[in-house]
Amino acid sequence: MGLTGLEIYKHLPKTNCKDCGSPTCLAFAMALASGKASLDACPHVTDEAKEALDSASAPPIKLVKVGTGDHVVELGEETEIFRHDKRFFHPTGVAVLISDTEDVAAKAEAFEGLEFHRVGMDFVTDMVAVQCDSGDAAKFKEAVETVAGKTEKAMVLITEDPAAMEAALEVVADRKPLVCAATADNFEKMTELAKGKECPLVVRGKDINETAELVGKVEGLGHKDLVLDSGARETSKVLADLTQFRRLAVKKKFRPFGYPAIAFTTKEDPREEVVQAGVYMSKYADVVVLKACEKQQLLPLLSWRLNLYTDPQKPIAVEAKLYDVGEPTDDSPVYLTTNFSLTYFIVEGEVESSRIPSRILSVDTGGVSVLTAYADNKFSAETITEAIKGCGLEDKVKHRKVVIPGHVAVLKGALEEESGWEVIVGPREASGITKFAKDNFA
Amino acid sequence: MAVEILKEKYRSKVGEVTLGATKDDGGTRSHTITVGGESALPFLHFEGEVPNRPVVALEVWDMAPEDWDPLFEKFYGDVWDDPGKWAKKCVDEYGADLIQIRLKGADPDLKDASPEDCVEAVKKVLEAVGVPVIVVGCGKSEKDAKIYGPVAEAAAGENLLLGVAELEDYKAVTSACMANSHLVIAQSPIDINICKQLNILIAEMSTAMANRIIIDPTIAALGYGIEYSYSIMERARNGALQGDKMLAMPMIGNVGLEVWRTKEANTPEDEEPGWGEQEERGMLWEATTAMAYLQSGINIMVLRHPDALKIIKGNIDDLMQDNSY
Ligand code: B12
Ligand code: SF4
Repeated sequence: MGLTGLEIYKHLPKTNCKDCGSPTCLAFAMALASGKASLDACPHVTDEAKEALDSASAPPIKLVKVGTGDHVVELGEETEIFRHDKRFFHPTGVAVLISDTEDVAAKAEAFEGLEFHRVGMDFVTDMVAVQCDSGDAAKFKEAVETVAGKTEKAMVLITEDPAAMEAALEVVADRKPLVCAATADNFEKMTELAKGKECPLVVRGKDINETAELVGKVEGLGHKDLVLDSGARETSKVLADLTQFRRLAVKKKFRPFGYPAIAFTTKEDPREEVVQAGVYMSKYADVVVLKACEKQQLLPLLSWRLNLYTDPQKPIAVEAKLYDVGEPTDDSPVYLTTNFSLTYFIVEGEVESSRIPSRILSVDTGGVSVLTAYADNKFSAETITEAIKGCGLEDKVKHRKVVIPGHVAVLKGALEEESGWEVIVGPREASGITKFAKDNFA
Repeated sequence: MAVEILKEKYRSKVGEVTLGATKDDGGTRSHTITVGGESALPFLHFEGEVPNRPVVALEVWDMAPEDWDPLFEKFYGDVWDDPGKWAKKCVDEYGADLIQIRLKGADPDLKDASPEDCVEAVKKVLEAVGVPVIVVGCGKSEKDAKIYGPVAEAAAGENLLLGVAELEDYKAVTSACMANSHLVIAQSPIDINICKQLNILIAEMSTAMANRIIIDPTIAALGYGIEYSYSIMERARNGALQGDKMLAMPMIGNVGLEVWRTKEANTPEDEEPGWGEQEERGMLWEATTAMAYLQSGINIMVLRHPDALKIIKGNIDDLMQDNSY
């Protein structure tokens, strides 16, 4: 990753034998750099060259997987400091913490219930963390077993006591939990446990220096599925350490930090916790562990994750066409909106909850919102008229009325003239549609 | 193993701007507030200076709002027919660093309040509180153009932050600020180039004004386009640190206004049982939006819910702790 053609060329045999299908070694190197070829195509590269190229082309941050089956959470393999430079790839795992001293079954059940539906998407907390606060290996094991029985989501097991960890792993090792954590005091035993069961392992130092050192030691013992924890717990310090992990891995290829990172909240008030977790999510945590577990607390955090990890290069669009909501007849109302997926799904949700069968015409605005499109002339009397005429609407309904978003009320006159349809100005926010529909169409 | 810490070297820093004026400087504020001045990315104290903490205003209107969620009644219902009392409560009880008064009542479709009424409302706020004050118009530019002058003049010496100036409409408000030495909010629609262009145009009207601008890059609420504003803000801040003078102004955002338009903030739990309790959800929608903008470099935020203000001020306290290595 990130190697230039010339850097690759240095390692090739430079014989121009063409066995790879490229006319020259240099041409092959260029093809490799742009991802159009694979190194295997050259039968003549030496093993040393292969290793040098492999390690230089390895992603700056390793991909680490936690969990199994449909519930695998992929962490890491990030390449950017700022999302606007390209994008962030693997959304932060949000792990809800359960202590083995609380009512484990009840909290695990509440955790399983944490699923939200918003703007056409499902939101989930993807991980559950179980922490040994009892100091009792048997109790911890029992708690882990209880949680594992209630949810199939990826697990984090938190204890620095190898005996407790060993006991817990006896029951859930095949679920590939994240083993948390190896420290300066226990790393030999913890590494043996995690490596033996092929589970990813958190490496926790007292600070980033010790973390780097410890990573080296754990790698030395042959385990390479690691997650970093600098040990810091104050918000500002954690922000700094997470930033150093990401920067040094991405910009300096500093290998000890070439792993995803985990952060833990400390606030007692769940509302403060959500904000603290949000800071870590924004700045480079690949997993955040928090106690908050109420829907109203997690929905904002999971929504921020969704927004942060979208691809800035392409607005998410839905197909621009006529959609049915329910089973509309030739009498049903018609709503107009854009094909920005966020806008469309918000409107669809509201039209749906009006329980009046309807049609929604999503106009091609290049995937942007109502006012953005209006300001850029993509949601105009002309484009809308074209969409109305082009989608077959005139054969499907016998009336000639459309509802437009209240934010573009100014379009009414021009649109009526251009299309010949009667234009009804709807509410400004989609949340007003249900009431509007009942008042006008029920 | 001693890790070699990676500190970015920046060529420049964000400009410092002081809001409000005390008696010594011709105003009546009990204290001033300075924002900006950072020579590092948000809260990365280890690589530069973050001399001034971001500040949080609460929002006051010159009329009782008709479309706010009913939950706000318990906080403001006893004071929202008097902007002075409303502002005082925000500062004394809820801990607002400063006040933004929005002259909503001037909107011709609402109360069509006269420029004199607007002056009256701003004066009430200035008399009631000692903190610096932000004044914004009703959002209809024709009407606002008539308000800026009288308000700026009546508050001469107070070093208000007055807005908003937009690309198509920046002269009226900028002239009013120049004549009475106030600060101006320059608002651009999430577009770096327009942001720079507007700052250049304002600076062309008066070089002194170049140091008296606060950028409003236009923000969106969580779930409603926040990722665009977040990234524009990050880019602007990077530009400032790399030496682009026309991006080097502190930034402001109307978080409360945007958030409390969203369905997630306003929908009662019985209509969306899957989303949990409404008030905490809305308040956290606001606090989470604010948290994100703090991470992208905002300097002044205008909030609405008193608990969101409290939580965000706590978050700022935490983030202002030194993290040098
Ligand atoms: C994110 C954003 C962008 C993003 C676009 C993201 C996207 N995919 O749309 C980017 C950065 C690309 C952008 C660019 C521009 N933007 Co822009 N943008 C915004 C921002 C911050 C949020 C928009 C958003 O996503 N809203 C959320 C969606 C869901 O809202 P919505 O589509 O309007 O839908 C709501 C309602 O309209 C209603 N609704 C929708 N459909 C229907 C249908 C019916 C029947 C009903 C009843 C209701 C209804 O329900 C929804 C929820 O309530 C707003 C400011 C703001 N805070 O809102 C400015 C804003 C929309 N942009 C604006 C401008 C001017 C521009 C640019 C022209 C600037 C420029 N010159 O570069 C460009 C145009 C770009 C282009 N070439 O297309 C202006 C528009 C001004 C105006 N009144 O005309 C705004 C308002 C900012 C401002 N105050 O100046 N923008
Ligand atoms: S096969 Fe290998 S040695 Fe031969 S031309 Fe291709 S790159 Fe060069």
